[in-house]
Amino acid sequence: MDDRSTPLIDIRNLYVEYLTNRGPVRAVENVSFAVKSGEVFGLAGESACGKSTIAHAILRVLRPPAVITGGRILYKGVDVLGLERTSPEEYRNKVLGGVTRKGIGSSAELIERYRWAEVSMVFQSAMNSLNPVVKIVHQITDVLMRHLDIDRAEARRRAEELMEIVNIDKRRLEAYPHQLSGGMRQRIVIAIALALRPSLMIMDEPTTALDVVVQKDILQQIDQLKREYGFSILFITHDLSLMVEFSDRIAIMYAGEIVELAPANEILNNPLHPYTKGLLASFPSITGERVKMSGIPGAPPNLLNPPAGCRFRERCAEWTGVDIPRSPQLQEVIPDHFAACECKYGRADHA
Amino acid sequence: MDKRQGIRDTKPKNGRLRVLEQRFPWLFVIVRHRQARVGLAIISVLILMALFAPVIAPGDPTEYHGVTNTPPSKEHILGTDPLGRDEFRLMVWGARVTLLVGFGTAALAMVIATVVGVVAGYFRGIVDDILMLITNLFLIIPGLVLLIVLSAYLHPGTGTVILALAFTGWAFHARIIRAMTLSLREKDFVAAAVVAGESSFSIIFRQILPNMVNLIVGGFIGTTIYGIGASTALAFLGLTKMTEISWGTNLFYAQNGNALLLGAWWAFVPSGFCVALAALALTWINFGMDEITNPRLRAERELRKALGRKFMQRVRATPVRFRER
Repeated sequence: MDDRSTPLIDIRNLYVEYLTNRGPVRAVENVSFAVKSGEVFGLAGESACGKSTIAHAILRVLRPPAVITGGRILYKGVDVLGLERTSPEEYRNKVLGGVTRKGIGSSAELIERYRWAEVSMVFQSAMNSLNPVVKIVHQITDVLMRHLDIDRAEARRRAEELMEIVNIDKRRLEAYPHQLSGGMRQRIVIAIALALRPSLMIMDEPTTALDVVVQKDILQQIDQLKREYGFSILFITHDLSLMVEFSDRIAIMYAGEIVELAPANEILNNPLHPYTKGLLASFPSITGERVKMSGIPGAPPNLLNPPAGCRFRERCAEWTGVDIPRSPQLQEVIPDHFAACECKYGRADHA
Repeated sequence: MDKRQGIRDTKPKNGRLRVLEQRFPWLFVIVRHRQARVGLAIISVLILMALFAPVIAPGDPTEYHGVTNTPPSKEHILGTDPLGRDEFRLMVWGARVTLLVGFGTAALAMVIATVVGVVAGYFRGIVDDILMLITNLFLIIPGLVLLIVLSAYLHPGTGTVILALAFTGWAFHARIIRAMTLSLREKDFVAAAVVAGESSFSIIFRQILPNMVNLIVGGFIGTTIYGIGASTALAFLGLTKMTEISWGTNLFYAQNGNALLLGAWWAFVPSGFCVALAALALTWINFGMDEITNPRLRAERELRKALGRKFMQRVRATPVRFRER
């Protein structure tokens, strides 16, 4: 296996639905993207477009009424959606590189090993993901001891290491979450996500609740850690400017679908999809001229009953009058730059 | 719409039904829940039986028919009891008092529980201390003993029974509601209401109370079961007004006339069965209520039904069920 040719995680045609009384809400439809080793992949889009649903689906922590109704999530070549049927040998060979780890005796256990040890997550509003009545040290050692074959003293030593990594005095291990500032709590959550040295870290709006100074501080720290340990990041936010600065490649989502996928500066300098253009037009430039912000008129469609064809058509400023019968597919408009806009760029033949 | 794959899209086709569903989604959750549906049907039948007793079983239920302890016959569908009364009439008319006592007890007990619980939880401090002292007193007094004492000293009658049962049945729910209020009053939306200048009264009833509807309704149903069961027990012990017809007094007279010894099952089975049926139906409705307040329960149950028991048991991971496209 060559690390360069196979992506770390490859999401293919993913569908996720929420079953409600009024019928299924199609939160994620036919989403495909891949994150390479060491890459920061950004997932952007407005609220309720399905970003977090994808993140949670990757870890398979969504609970019913959510159901994954299609697609594959290949992590190092193993389908996460079929982990219950994957043999421990296959998992050990493909994911762990032949090394035996604690608790991979049966297929049913694999999902628990895959979560956190392989893919970890910094949850939205990280402040609330710490238990207010448990000391920080126990919240960190719990993770370590659950997954690794180590005793309490060793776990504590590693917890101290982790605190050092995220730049917090190790005496703070004895603190309760409410005794720490928002930024510190955020860094502790990141430390917990780092604890098992995962290959992929999903960050679901990790800095939304923080002020810009702390935000910058934390992102720089993450960037440095990433360089040091070489993990990949799936970065989710609706803050486009932050994302452009931080990510290597970006996918823009709208109403459950990816509408554009390109390297970060391509998205910023040469957006192809009208929705991306609209998003970018909603952010003021600090150095440029004063222009009136335009925004995008209208609202996203109801995903209980999404319109056939292009979901952005109703709000599109560049609609050519051509009706697309099916959902527009992502196609490579210019090298490495994909957009799903068939009325402007025509339809790729390979479909 | 693929049944085989277990992903069921429930969409009423009828336009009017859909409007109804959007207005009263909870009604549809109940109706879709099999046990709750059956429970609702049973309790409706029992209530209709009580309301239309004069139509269903015309005639005076206390009428003496000249024969005691006759088994079911053409004349007396369910036979006669040891006092020579028609058992079918007794059962039908008995529903009136028993159900009235059940629902009346629940209404009264839950009003007391809600007021005490919310006031104690919201105002805290000395108010809380005093109200909870009283609540705790009621909690530790053995219910049945207090009931017997109360029934013995008060003038017997339906109203007295309701009062006595509500008196002994409210304390438990008051504590639950207080606990919930304590938690809710710290939420930001309550702080926002305080800042917006809403009165305590309005905060309690418009902000806090609607968040506890599930607790109150659940408590109401539970207390109804308690009311029906306890009033039947009281009557069976002969502690209510014995000239009233209720399922409990029916059982009392059956016991008094040695129906069990004589093998006269028709004297005690109908009323006893009705009590059990009512309790069962209400419990089932409560199961359905759970799914209204927690949609996850419904989704998990439906998925489990479709995908088999083993599924989702050991590892809690998002279910994968492919849909054909």
